[in-house]
Amino acid sequence: MANTFAFAESRGGALRKAGFEAVTAARQAADATGGGEVHALVIGAPGIKEKADALGQYGADVVVVVEDAGLARYSPEAFAATAAARLEAGDFRAAFFSASAEGRDLAPRVAAVLGLPLASDVTAFEFDGDAVLAQHPAYTGKVVVTLRLAATPALLSLRPGAITPAEASRTARVESAAPALDPASARVVVTELAEEKTTRLDLGEAPVIVSGGRGLRAAENFKLVEDLAAAFGNAAVGATRAVTDDGWRPATDQIGQTGRLVSPDLYVAVGISGAIQHLAGMRTSKTIVAINKDKDAPIFKLADYGIVGDLFEILPRLTEAVRQARGSQ
Amino acid sequence: MKIAVCVKRVPDMELRFAIAADRKSLEQTGLKYDLSDFDGYALELALQLVEKSGSGEVVLVSLGPDGVQETLRKGLAMGATRAVHLQAADVPVDGFAVARALATELEGGGYDLILFGRMATDTASGAVAPMTAELLKLPCVTAISHLDIADGKGTARRDLEGAAETVTFPLPAVLSIDEGIARARLATLKGIMAAKKKPLEVKPAALGDVRLTVETMALPPERSGPKFIGEGGDAVPELVERLRTEAKLL
Ligand SMILES: Cc1cc2nc3c(=O)[nH]c(=O)nc-3n(C[C@H](O)[C@H](O)[C@H](O)COP(=O)(O)OP(=O)(O)OC[C@H]3O[C@@H](n4cnc5c(N)ncnc54)[C@H](O)[C@@H]3O)c2cc1C
Ligand SMILES: Nc1ncnc2c1ncn2[C@@H]1O[C@H](COP(=O)(O)O)[C@@H](O)[C@H]1O
Repeated sequence: MANTFAFAESRGGALRKAGFEAVTAARQAADATGGGEVHALVIGAPGIKEKADALGQYGADVVVVVEDAGLARYSPEAFAATAAARLEAGDFRAAFFSASAEGRDLAPRVAAVLGLPLASDVTAFEFDGDAVLAQHPAYTGKVVVTLRLAATPALLSLRPGAITPAEASRTARVESAAPALDPASARVVVTELAEEKTTRLDLGEAPVIVSGGRGLRAAENFKLVEDLAAAFGNAAVGATRAVTDDGWRPATDQIGQTGRLVSPDLYVAVGISGAIQHLAGMRTSKTIVAINKDKDAPIFKLADYGIVGDLFEILPRLTEAVRQARGSQ
Repeated sequence: MKIAVCVKRVPDMELRFAIAADRKSLEQTGLKYDLSDFDGYALELALQLVEKSGSGEVVLVSLGPDGVQETLRKGLAMGATRAVHLQAADVPVDGFAVARALATELEGGGYDLILFGRMATDTASGAVAPMTAELLKLPCVTAISHLDIADGKGTARRDLEGAAETVTFPLPAVLSIDEGIARARLATLKGIMAAKKKPLEVKPAALGDVRLTVETMALPPERSGPKFIGEGGDAVPELVERLRTEAKLL
């Protein structure tokens, strides 16, 4: 019986949500195809092994742990060689990666080492005989493409947030393995990892995103956006390119065609006109709220709810009302 | 410095898309094609690097139908030295097949750098650059937003979710380019005239097996349209009430 593979992403010694999503997808795939084991691969510095049990809770039968002091940070070449070696050594029907920043770097390398095609940025999948049918939002989300992947193992990278990590508790067998390439011999070296010192949620993981546009008029007015995000409690702050270009917010906050692609449960667009390049990054959000003084702004065409008016008047009142609504629960 | 830039033509995303009768492709009538955004940044970076080094060339490579020649001419007008068109009836969605054809062309080309866009705006996949690098056995850094090159070594910055990596690598190397490095310049009239005389070589694309194909294409379900648009601060209570009861969000 063929098995299913998941790469369980970690950073700074902790497993990431992207890793649990990949393991959850692998569990679903194994269950849908009548069994086989789910093998999760974790790579990191010594100590990462203690985190392996958590992957069993999401459905991993086997967790292969590769610990090496040289692997505290991502090493593209050592990670790819190791993942490819694991896939080659076993009998796998499908392998799941995340389409996170790390996974988008890793998965294509693994595919090329193995000489296999890859379905990238997948939001849903099903098996069709020996092939896999994978859904992928393309053309800036304006077209949904269903891909047919005819290769074994089928390699897929999953759009962050598309699969909800689900518990499927079992006690995983934990095995140790050595990296297939000595990280000290890698040509590409991550010499520094600068984690933002913030307690803010990441745009890819937050269920609510409050985004600000040029309508905010100045960097300091983003306080209003941050206050609203804080009132929701589970929100991240995003921005348009007009805003990141002007340096009001860091470039990494940019949402859109050339920024992050997000699909939160709720997206609140404040002082954002709704240019097509911005919509490209957020049009798949489940509920969209727009606040704009121009009733003809294109963002209202996409919005489920909106208020036409001055954001400087509306935001403080909305923040207060959200705070009260959440407080009264 | 000798730099290759792999560029893809993609449809203008502002236009309305319709699905063709085969339900596997876009209706072509009315589509306008242009250089994919990130590929424009990659080309700009290449031009700046060659300008700074004082000598060298920028070679464009594009795989696709004959229409890509228009995109290549645009890149030549921006300042690239010459172009290679790898001819194929269409661009397969199988990024590995594309990478194989690009690698066949780039192999032995003596490039110091081979640049790609972080992702093509149509596929949004970002797979072709690392795959091509792997086939060429070259070091590769993807989605870089900053680059320094000195003494045959590069240092790049990669933005992650809530973090940034500093990455070092030796040249020659493959890089894919994110937002933030450079904005594509506009072609001048002089550039457009000069581009007409620049070499554009046409060769068949060595795609090999294609094992990832489009099964169906569909337009996403239409959004249902606004349920409530209020006016001014007085609309706040109703908005919050609807978020709570209709959208079940609070
Ligand atoms: C190649 C390319 C790639 C791009 N990629 C991206 C991308 O990834 N992401 C992105 O966002 N953009 C991108 N853009 C830019 C995009 O085209 C728009 O320019 C940008 O999204 C506009 O940002 P904005 O909505 O903040 O600004 P504007 O378009 O200037 O809109 C500001 C809005 O604020 C409203 N407003 C002003 N004052 C108030 C007030 N007091 N109260 C309420 N409302 C108010 C106005 O009515 C207006 O609608 C890209 C462009 C190009 C060419
Ligand atoms: N048909 C093509 N011809 C030349 N370069 C391409 C082609 N397709 C993709 N690329 C390059 O690979 C990058 C990533 O594409 P993708 O992996 O499809 O997102 C693009 O930004 C281009 O630089």
